[in-house]
Parts: sequence; C-alpha cells; structure tokens
Amino acid sequence: MSKLINNKTEIVADFMRGLKQSHPDLDVDIENRVVYRKTPAVGDKVALVSGGGSGHEPLHSGFVGLGMLDAACMGEVFTSPTPQQIVRAIEKVSTSAGVLLIVKNYAGDIMNFEIAAERAERNGIKVRSVTIDDDVAGGKLPSDGGRGMGLTVFAEKILGAAAENGMSLDGLCELGQDLRTRGRSMGIGMSSCTHPVAGVPTFELGEDEIEVGIGIHGEPGWRRARAGSAQDTAKLLVESILAELAAPEQSSFIVLVNGMGGTPLIELYVMAGEIHRELIERGHSVDRYLVGSHITSLEMAGCSLTLLQSDAESLKYWDAPVSTPALNWGVAA
Amino acid sequence: MNITASELKTWLLQYGQLLIEQTEYLTKLDSAIGDADHGVNMQRGATAMRQTLTETTKTAPSELLEEVAEAVLEGIGGAAGPLYASLFFGMAGAVDGETSVTPQQLGDALQAGVDSLAARGRAERGDKTMFDAAGPAIEAFRQTLDAGDDLNTAIEAAESAANLGRDETAPMQARKGRASYLGPRSVGHIDPGATSVALLFEALTELSGTENS
Repeated sequence: MSKLINNKTEIVADFMRGLKQSHPDLDVDIENRVVYRKTPAVGDKVALVSGGGSGHEPLHSGFVGLGMLDAACMGEVFTSPTPQQIVRAIEKVSTSAGVLLIVKNYAGDIMNFEIAAERAERNGIKVRSVTIDDDVAGGKLPSDGGRGMGLTVFAEKILGAAAENGMSLDGLCELGQDLRTRGRSMGIGMSSCTHPVAGVPTFELGEDEIEVGIGIHGEPGWRRARAGSAQDTAKLLVESILAELAAPEQSSFIVLVNGMGGTPLIELYVMAGEIHRELIERGHSVDRYLVGSHITSLEMAGCSLTLLQSDAESLKYWDAPVSTPALNWGVAA
Repeated sequence: MNITASELKTWLLQYGQLLIEQTEYLTKLDSAIGDADHGVNMQRGATAMRQTLTETTKTAPSELLEEVAEAVLEGIGGAAGPLYASLFFGMAGAVDGETSVTPQQLGDALQAGVDSLAARGRAERGDKTMFDAAGPAIEAFRQTLDAGDDLNTAIEAAESAANLGRDETAPMQARKGRASYLGPRSVGHIDPGATSVALLFEALTELSGTENS
C-alpha cells in the first residue's frame, strides 16, 4: 500500500521534524529521538518520562507538555527505545524530586526502561516506574500480564497533573498503582496495518471478520470472530472489561473510546453512544469521555475501549489544565 | 591453541552476516506471531555490531564482548536488544581479565551469557523464546567437551542442538513476549527469537579448527 513517507528507515526522524515545526512549545532532539517540553520542569516537580515504539501517535510525543509528560523517547516503529535514549531523557529532565517512568507492559519496553533506570540510578538520579498493563485480552493466561493499552493515556494525564500539583515521587507511584487496579482495556481490529519497513500487512482479515483482543502493533488478537454491529462490539468490549475489572455496582467511569488509526471519528462516536448505553444498562455511569485516536497502531482499523473507575482525585487531575499537541484544555490562550 | 579476541571477532562477524542474510525470513516468522520487526531489528543490530567489530581496538575478550553488548543493545532495540546485550555482557563478565580462553572457558562464558539472557527475559524452557534454542545449545556444547571431545565436535553438537531447539518451538504455545497474547494461535509457528539465536551457534563453526591451528 502507498504511504506518505520519503525514506522508510527515516520515518521517525521525519516525523520529529514535522512535529517540531508544528508545535513550537516542544524541543525535539532528533539525533537521540527524544521530545521535550520547551519549558522544563524546575525545583520540586517530579519529571515524567515515557516512551515506546513509534507508530502509536499521538502517544507518547503528542502528550508532552504542561500537565502531562516532560519527555517522550521514541523508538523505531513498534520497537522500544533504547536505554541510551531513555537515560539521556532522564538526565535532561531530572529534578531534585526525581523522575517517574511510565512504561507500557511489553517485554522490550520493560527491559529497556529497566536497564535505563539501573544506569540512571548509578548516576545518582532517583527513578521509579509505573507499569501500565490494562489489556484484558486472554484473561490471566499470558504470564507477562496484560499489555499496556489506553490506560497509558489516562495515566499520563492524571499522573502528569498530579506531578504538576506537587505530588511526591512516592505519591505518584502509589497513585499509579491505584490507576492500574481501577483501569482496564480491550481492543478489536478490523484490519491489520502495514509496518513501513516490512511493506505488507501483518495479517489479512476476511470482509466479515474481526480480530478480538488486539494489541497496538498490528498483531493478530486473541481470537477471530464474525464482525457484528457497533452495538454487538460495544457489548463485547464492555462485558470483557467489566468481567476483569471487578467494579462495584453503580460505578462511575472515565471512558476512552479509542480509534486504532484507520477508523473514522463518526464510527468512534457511534461506539461511544453504544458503550454509554451498555454501561447505563448495567447500572453504571460515566463522568468523562475521551473519544478519538489517542493510542494507535498505524492505519489499523478498529477501536479499543478503556474504562477507569473514577473518584474525586482522578477527576480533579483529569480536569486539570493540559497543553500538549494532542490534549488541550483549561489553559488560557 | 586458545581462543582470542580475534577469533571471537570472526565468530561474531559471521553471526552478523547470517543475520543480514536471514532478514526477510526472520520478518516472515515474526509476522506470523509477532509484529514483523524482528528481521529488521536484527539486521540493524547486526550492522552496528559488524561496524563495532571492524573498528574495535580491543584485544581482551571481555572488552570486545562488552563493546558488542553495547552495540546490540542500541542497535537492535526492542526486546531482542536487551536480551542479546545481556548474553554478551554475561559472557564478558565470565572472561574478565583473560587474554584468551580455552574451549572450556568459552563454554563457561556462553553458559553465563545464556543464564543472563534467561534472567533478563525471565524466561523458562518451553516458553517459546530464544532460551529454547540457546539453552539446549550451551548444554550440548559443554557436555561434549566434558565427554572429552574436541572443540569442533562441541560446536557441531551445539549447532544441532540449537537448530533442534528452534524447531521444537513450533508446537509450543508462547508464554512470554508478544506471541503469548495470541494464546493457542501461537502454536504451529517457529519462534523468531529462537531462530536468530540458533544462527549465533551456527556461526560458531567459524571457530572450528582453532584448536589445531
């Protein structure tokens, strides 16, 4: 398939050049593949660093800015950044309050961030990590635990606001663990995607088939199923997540209806309406919605749902001002 | 004659060459049960490793292996980068201070490397990972030497065991890494990581004859 790229091996650098031109509030280190806030954190604010493979945009670089991340490390497409990149980002943004790493639960990300944290700590920097593992696909079977999905966006927003508000590194770790227990996701795919270097779709799907329990790398899901209506799909996602979440009756949620990159907003809002109905029918309520493509898998068609049980604290930090390329509210122009 | 940094360099240059030749095959294997990037990542890592080996001035085996570890850590990236780096860092630690190593010491170093790889990846045998080829290969290598056979025989045994271990990942259901999220659908495919690590043992044939030279 055709792609809007120049050189398939330079796609990440070319992306970063465009990002820098479009968002003057960001500092972009193309050589080391790190995106920074132009106005760095100072004093006793904990610095937040995340990152991962590219191809999930706007995650993570689109969430760098006031109220979210201080730095995002960009790996090659679907490939974790390396320890050298991560150490550089940590060293550049670290403050006396320390550095919090937000890491999606993928073997590569875990190991590279782990090695980077070990090296930064040897250099005297206080580093802690929160691992995001919200995917319910496959239930408890994968011994690596759930993959990091849409909860990553919620964690970066909520922990970012809390850090901005002066929360300590220990406090952020505790809040991060709390978010992990209260948030779950699941996705479905209606097409694969084409890795720019591989050049062919990772898998093929029939017209009336969907992949259930996909990750965010164009890989096949846990099982294949017949495609249904938006209503059927909403029911499948809500039921699968609630089965794992153990939310009490009459829970309220922050909801992410996320596009995988190739599904139009009109369909995502159809899904949002159906998901709302499914939750209300089960006696739950929704405090906030975020609808759009926020953690994607290149041009994969499909969507994922993330439910986070909300409380006063998470809502306060959710509503707090944010100014990033992808999320923007509450900041006077 | 003992194995020096120069022989290790020859071994790893050949490993890099094999990886570059097998890029498309590794990509194909990873498309079935992963995210189709193993071939490209290993190719990038192999290129970085070969460049390091060509330019290095290190003459101590441990220093050479450390340089290789850093090169693959940065060059491969993903999950395989830290795993291969752990293997080479593990080996480097085991031969620290030596100017050359005996076949037995090479076996000990490879064992330390494979142990370090398994620890970093928290992998066990049967998880359908690199360890399923690397584990049997190092066992075969050391057992053959312990039985009194020469280096050439040990290398042949390691290569066969690695290839067998690689092939035996096909019927396994993955319990680690991205393939584990495919559940039963991961069955019937050879593991890409086990395939690339088998090439490391295949490349050991470059050391055949070292003892007699």
